[in-house]
Amino acid sequence: MSEPILEIKNLSATVADKEIIKNLNLTINPGEVHALMGPNGAGKSTLSYILTGKPGYEVTGGEVMFCGKNLLAMKPDERACAGLFLSMQYPVAIPGVATNNFLKHALNAKRKYEGLPELDAAEFLKILRTEAKNLNIGADMLKREINVGFSGGEKKRMEILQMSLLKPSLAILDEADSGLDIDALKLVADGVNKLHNENNALLIITHHLDLLNHIQPDIVHIYADGHIVKSGDKSLAIELEKSGYKTFVDAE
Amino acid sequence: MAEKAEILKNLDEKYKYGFVTDIEADTVPCGLNEDIIRLISAKKNEPQWLLEWRLKAYHHWLTMKEPSWAKLSYDKVDFQALSYYAAPVQKKQPKSLDDVDKDLLDTYNKLGIPLKEQEALAGVVAVDAVFDSVSVATTYRAQLAEKGIIFCSISEAVKDHPDLVQKYLGSVVPYTDNFYACLNSAVFTDGSFVYIPKGVKSPIELSTYFRINAKNTGQFERTLIVAEDDSYVSYLEGCTAPQRDENQLHAAIVEIVVMNNAEVKYSTVQNWYPGDKDGKGGVYNFVTKRAACRGVNSKISWTQVETGSAVTWKYPSCILQGDNSVGEFYSVAITHNKQQADTGTKMIHIGKNTRSKIISKGISAGFSNQTYRGLVDVGANADNARNYSQCDSLLIGSTCGSHTVPYVRNRNKSAVLEHEATTSKISDEQLFYCQQRGLTEEESIGLIVNGFCKEVMQNLPMEFAIEAAKLINISLEGSVG
Repeated sequence: MSEPILEIKNLSATVADKEIIKNLNLTINPGEVHALMGPNGAGKSTLSYILTGKPGYEVTGGEVMFCGKNLLAMKPDERACAGLFLSMQYPVAIPGVATNNFLKHALNAKRKYEGLPELDAAEFLKILRTEAKNLNIGADMLKREINVGFSGGEKKRMEILQMSLLKPSLAILDEADSGLDIDALKLVADGVNKLHNENNALLIITHHLDLLNHIQPDIVHIYADGHIVKSGDKSLAIELEKSGYKTFVDAE
Repeated sequence: MAEKAEILKNLDEKYKYGFVTDIEADTVPCGLNEDIIRLISAKKNEPQWLLEWRLKAYHHWLTMKEPSWAKLSYDKVDFQALSYYAAPVQKKQPKSLDDVDKDLLDTYNKLGIPLKEQEALAGVVAVDAVFDSVSVATTYRAQLAEKGIIFCSISEAVKDHPDLVQKYLGSVVPYTDNFYACLNSAVFTDGSFVYIPKGVKSPIELSTYFRINAKNTGQFERTLIVAEDDSYVSYLEGCTAPQRDENQLHAAIVEIVVMNNAEVKYSTVQNWYPGDKDGKGGVYNFVTKRAACRGVNSKISWTQVETGSAVTWKYPSCILQGDNSVGEFYSVAITHNKQQADTGTKMIHIGKNTRSKIISKGISAGFSNQTYRGLVDVGANADNARNYSQCDSLLIGSTCGSHTVPYVRNRNKSAVLEHEATTSKISDEQLFYCQQRGLTEEESIGLIVNGFCKEVMQNLPMEFAIEAAKLINISLEGSVG
């Protein structure tokens, strides 16, 4: 069997001295789609930030291997270049920075890391236009300043566009479905499905069954109080939708 | 810790223009007195009226005090310890670039302005290169002359076009204007002269490259631009200086006269040596720049990107005298380590329906301090004057300072004046977002800062804008970590 993409062993972490991840274990293999479901405030987004290296969190125990490398020893940009992508719940606006320019910097950073020549503007635009078209993102939007004045749906599509350009080994989708109407949800899900193959993996953080009806998960984890309380197949998510989190959290 | 060491190394290496050219220089003894001024004037074979003007300025200067109102603190300049003239010694007066000293040309090549190449590169930019105090070579002069455009060093202009120089010199910045301007008037050694005749639009962008080379010399250049009715010119100015431990003084004057329906765009990328990380060395940049929009519908636009100098004291200003005239000021100032900058503009509305716009972007990092100081002045007859000012400050780290001092003086009820100001820090969220997409911390800061400056950068001519964007990234290297 091939090496896992992500292997989290006994991970514990604090933010501002408050323990927020407690002895977490999770292994994600190539080709797998994992869903992480849990109540508000359970620390799902925190987990995504710790994995991607956002400052402000302290890992107090355990280890995380990413494609055979010690993830926690890498800088945030190295983690990104090595193939870890986070589609953010609230992508931040960067005034004055044109979207296409930002995306070009991102793709060239990754190419540089991989030892490939950087793309010039013409080569890049050719790739960008193809990928953008699939997500129904027009040329006008690519000229706007990144995430400045974007609607919720536009921001989410922009995250998926970046994912499709960067082709990560592991993409974490943090509430990629929140605030989307049915059409936009389908667009996002189709985009993600198109990228998924046997060599990469997805970790989908969500509250709802909706997205999982469009992107089929192999494994569903229920996450509460800083660790995984139960794992199963998609039926677990359906059961959860009926009975709520309370059953699982109390049963512990 | 290895990371810290690397950042320090970057800082030490970052001023790539810090080389000294080994050329014999013809300098006058240090110190300032009437004899020195007579000597400078004699060396330049100047007419009597100019010598007398210099001497009047000198005597006035003796009565003046160095200004102290700016938010700047630095060791005062010992004006008697400076040499006021340094000319590279050349065997004979150059007839063309082929006659120019090879070492000198090499210097320009290191700076990235290969004059020879530029001449071949059919009509991009005409460069008047000022090396220390004397203008060395002016390219494209012949092509410009066909259109009646005069572009030469001011010394040559004094010889070849004395009437024009005498008419306009000191007409925008009189020698009594301020301490540094007065000093410059007494001792200025060279600079550029531009005259655009009536109805002529300059087909190329004119450019001057300044560089301070000799040790212990002040650079006192003086630029005079006259745009006659219905004319247009875009002028670029770039500056560098070698890395030296002692402070070098730069006290320049730029005067611009704009007549009816004429337009002048003046762009500066200033990258004088900023001193080292402890604030040792670096250029004192005390500059007076002013444009007079004398004609109706005339327009002046200042764009500056200031990343260098240890201390900057500079307020490019617009006198909007002609009805419907327009003044614009776009500025990016970056200070890092122990740099200090007190910079801004003055918009003096005199004519009716005059309009002005101020866009100022200040970025402070390290232990630097920066002040935006601006004046919007609306006179009693300036009916329907309008001003829009926007001053944004961006702080990197928690040890730098940023201050905004906007003065407004309005004596006309019909004026509409708007002022917006913001102060922000680069947010951790923005940094993390960029890094999550694979950009290093420094690339991320460069991108965010360039975005912050966009409104100014887009006013720069294309080739300048690219250089300026790179300069911003270099200037902020090691600003976090």
